[in-house]
Amino acid sequence: MNDHNISISRSQESILATNKVLKNTYLLLSMTLIFSGILAAVGMSMNLGHGAALVASIAAIALMWFVLPRTANSSTGIPVLFAITGLFGLGLGPVLNHYMAINPSIVSTALGGTGVIFLGLSGYALTTRKDFSFMGGFLMVGMLVVIGASLLNIFLQIPVLSLVSSAAVIMLMSGFILYETSSMIHNGETNYIMAAASLFLSILNMFQALLHILGAFSNND
Amino acid sequence: MDWIAITSAIFLGAMMVFIFPRMREAVKNSPKGNMQDWMGYIIPLVAVIGFIILLINMV
Repeated sequence: MNDHNISISRSQESILATNKVLKNTYLLLSMTLIFSGILAAVGMSMNLGHGAALVASIAAIALMWFVLPRTANSSTGIPVLFAITGLFGLGLGPVLNHYMAINPSIVSTALGGTGVIFLGLSGYALTTRKDFSFMGGFLMVGMLVVIGASLLNIFLQIPVLSLVSSAAVIMLMSGFILYETSSMIHNGETNYIMAAASLFLSILNMFQALLHILGAFSNND
Repeated sequence: MDWIAITSAIFLGAMMVFIFPRMREAVKNSPKGNMQDWMGYIIPLVAVIGFIILLINMV
């Protein structure tokens, strides 16, 4: 009886901890998305060049690789995450200006589409409570293949390869959203800063890939 | 080839080097999924593809 009570108490503690991680993650994610959107608007209004955008994106990735893992367990992790998402937002400026010049509805459709896909996939993972941990290896191999294809395409400049890479990115980012959400539910990811960073990156990559696909198939292109 | 393309290539190469050990670890440590597990990924993915086709027709 005593063991049974302890087991119920632990299970309740685990559910409370999971809910806390989920709540903090989505709160931080929404704040970083708003901040990133503001910085993207700043980048657009400043008419930032592609070189400056590349530098901002490299700085964001460097912070994500080398600084965030060391600060994610302390309160310093939050300003670091805002710096990362702000730099990514700034880096989006020239891309958004490019698509706004082609057809402004591409940007709004990609933004709305990314939002719907993210909410749909998160809702699916949260309601079914399926464990997607089996996808870890597949997603990492997929990422490596897509990065390799993008690297190759810098030299080959094949438009179809670029489109196929964008389609693959959308499929992989869908998988990452399911994987990360399920990881929070099943107590794999207990750090809400790292979870928010991972989800932010998935949303950003999906948005950029969707922009590329919609831009390529747009009637005005 | 301009400096942006060269920097992008170096950056993507560095990403591959950085991700490779994590990928090897993930492949080694990830549990194996059965057919039902994979269907749990494929079904929402089909919905995502259908939704994107809809978006393409909208722009």
